[in-house]
Amino acid sequence: MFDALSDRFDGIFKRLKGRGRLGDAEVDEVLREIRVALLEADVNIAVARGLVGRIRERCVGEELSRSLSPAQQVIKIVHEELIETLGGETMKVTFASKPPTVVLMAGLQGAGKTTTTAKLARWFKQQGRNPLLVGADLQRPAAVEQLRTLGSQIDVPVWSEPTDPVAVAEGGLAEARRLGRDVVIVDTAGRLAIDAEMMEQVRQISGAVDPHYTFLVIDAMTGQDAVSVAQAFHETLALDGVILTKLDGDARGGAALSVKEVVGRPIAFASTGEKIADFDQFHPDRLAGRILGMGDVLTLIEKA
Amino acid sequence: GKARATLAGYVGSVLGRSGIDAETWDELEEALLLADVGVGPTMEILDHVRARVKDEGITDPEALVEVLKAELKDRIGGGDRTLRRDVSDGRTCVWLFVGVNGVGKTTTIGKVAARERAEGRQVLLAAGDTFRAAAAEQLEMWAERAGADFVRGAEGSDPSSVIFDGVQRAASRGHELVLADTAGRLHTKVNLMEELAKVRRVSDREPGQVAEVLLVIDATTGQNGLTQARQFAEAADVTGVVLTKLDGSAKGGIVVAIQTELGIPVKLVGLGETAADLVEFDPDEFVEALFASASTPAAHRETP
Ligand SMILES: Nc1nc2c(ncn2[C@@H]2O[C@H](COP(=O)(O)OP(=O)(O)OP(=O)(O)O)[C@@H](O)[C@H]2O)c(=O)[nH]1
Ligand SMILES: Nc1nc2c(ncn2[C@@H]2O[C@H](COP(=O)(O)OP(=O)(O)OP(=O)(O)O)[C@@H](O)[C@H]2O)c(=O)[nH]1
Ligand SMILES: [Mg+2]
Ligand SMILES: [Mg+2]
Repeated sequence: MFDALSDRFDGIFKRLKGRGRLGDAEVDEVLREIRVALLEADVNIAVARGLVGRIRERCVGEELSRSLSPAQQVIKIVHEELIETLGGETMKVTFASKPPTVVLMAGLQGAGKTTTTAKLARWFKQQGRNPLLVGADLQRPAAVEQLRTLGSQIDVPVWSEPTDPVAVAEGGLAEARRLGRDVVIVDTAGRLAIDAEMMEQVRQISGAVDPHYTFLVIDAMTGQDAVSVAQAFHETLALDGVILTKLDGDARGGAALSVKEVVGRPIAFASTGEKIADFDQFHPDRLAGRILGMGDVLTLIEKA
Repeated sequence: GKARATLAGYVGSVLGRSGIDAETWDELEEALLLADVGVGPTMEILDHVRARVKDEGITDPEALVEVLKAELKDRIGGGDRTLRRDVSDGRTCVWLFVGVNGVGKTTTIGKVAARERAEGRQVLLAAGDTFRAAAAEQLEMWAERAGADFVRGAEGSDPSSVIFDGVQRAASRGHELVLADTAGRLHTKVNLMEELAKVRRVSDREPGQVAEVLLVIDATTGQNGLTQARQFAEAADVTGVVLTKLDGSAKGGIVVAIQTELGIPVKLVGLGETAADLVEFDPDEFVEALFASASTPAAHRETP
């Protein structure tokens, strides 16, 4: 446990030799290592700075206990801060009093929106709902075909038409009412946060269907740019949550921390593979461990 | 603050002061980290720059920034960036596109095909992604757009055989080039990486010969990009990198580490979603773009 970071601390703490409290010099050194660990995990610089500040306060303030080594105690503090930053309460999905409950998916190109749309539909089905998928990505070649294929795999209908994305979204909502489907999930084209025209388009889609939930789908491998992306999508769409994808790899996923900090909305779901079943609600403690290099995979282990 | 949260902002601040002080170095460090250059490479780069500044007695911030740019260009400028077409007599040239999920492999193939066709070459696209929903349909649409020949297999069929079929057909029809798509895969999936090694071996059999294995890296990728490159290089003997989505706000700094540590040069750059949005990698432009403001991306988006 705590391998990566505690290795870094080894040398520092050897010099402590049983003193009850960390000196300023040690604290500085420890915090430098923590900052590096966070940056290597892709936590945004500004977010890392805030976190390190909070960790500093606690490291200086707390009396070291004798039952734990200083390294363990500092890591415990870091871990707790990460969980707090990531977490708060897990998102509880509620449903519209007047169905259908509309969910809008948005994000950068290739983040995993279309796949996640199907995963989420399966999840809703497991909650006893009857979703309809709406293919409002008319841009990427074969995007609707991709959604239809995924829909048929989970036995969920898919609606689209070759008009324009806003009309498709509206049409999809009407179709859901006609068919009596109680959840509508709208898949949208990938777009860059700095693409004003495309951001306006997704704003209009959102305006047309008035979603109950708007999710930003974000790739766990994302680097420093995650913060500006999340900011831009949040300003345009007022996000309700984040869905983190591709957690089955070895990316530390610090971007999630950055996004959570910036958007202030929960990370609702986590995606851990290409198969539709590789999807679950998000657990902050597991990601916190992963960012610290604890060799996470608790989620994966539990599933196996 | 927000003004400084871009490289241009940092550099502007550095240039705005009359001399070089501790804050100058801190700001340059943050600037590089923010571009996803990574902690290790950033320290190394700045150590070199610091040594030069000392040796040459540089006191002017402007000269310092020039030294930094030169250092970066030096790191990223090495290696042979030409795309190889040379194959043994009677063999058909194969370029293989590999990478993690969603980075832009299929789209890049479409762009390369369009460019090759425009230069008068006969090209075949082989749909070696037999896994992802509608992956073959997506590639087929690109083949149609480019006027390229196209081969696909049944869903779930062996990717090596599909690509080999494509190579045989290209050879029999006298096409000059086969562009082989592969399914996105995380570099941590041992079986999928073995499958990729096999794809490479089989593509290299008569009548085909692999001349390029292009690793596609998404510019938004953080520190995980280096691990990706290492693992793909090991499995498939990567010959070059395609850096996609550089039209966004992410700077793609991870390629500095990929080139420096693994010696894999960036050969092509993706700047959008249309066939025309592909350019040769230019180290000078890349470094200048690192220092450009985030709101003016390296190239403007071309609307389809
Ligand atoms: N390994 C892994 N792959 C994933 C995961 N989620 C999605 N993918 C893959 O990522 C790639 C992109 O997924 P899509 O769902 O097409 O992404 P998208 O955001 O809809 O892409 P665009 O519509 O082009 O913007 C596909 O190869 C998916 O199979 C995940 O959790 N793990
Ligand atoms: N803005 C921008 N988008 C790009 C670029 N290259 C690819 N894309 C988009 O990124 C998304 C994913 O591209 P694909 O070509 O499907 O990626 P892939 O690597 O083949 O994905 P998988 O096969 O699912 O692993 C699509 O929406 C593309 O249009 C680029 O240079 N700039
Ligand atoms: Mg999609
Ligand atoms: Mg593909």
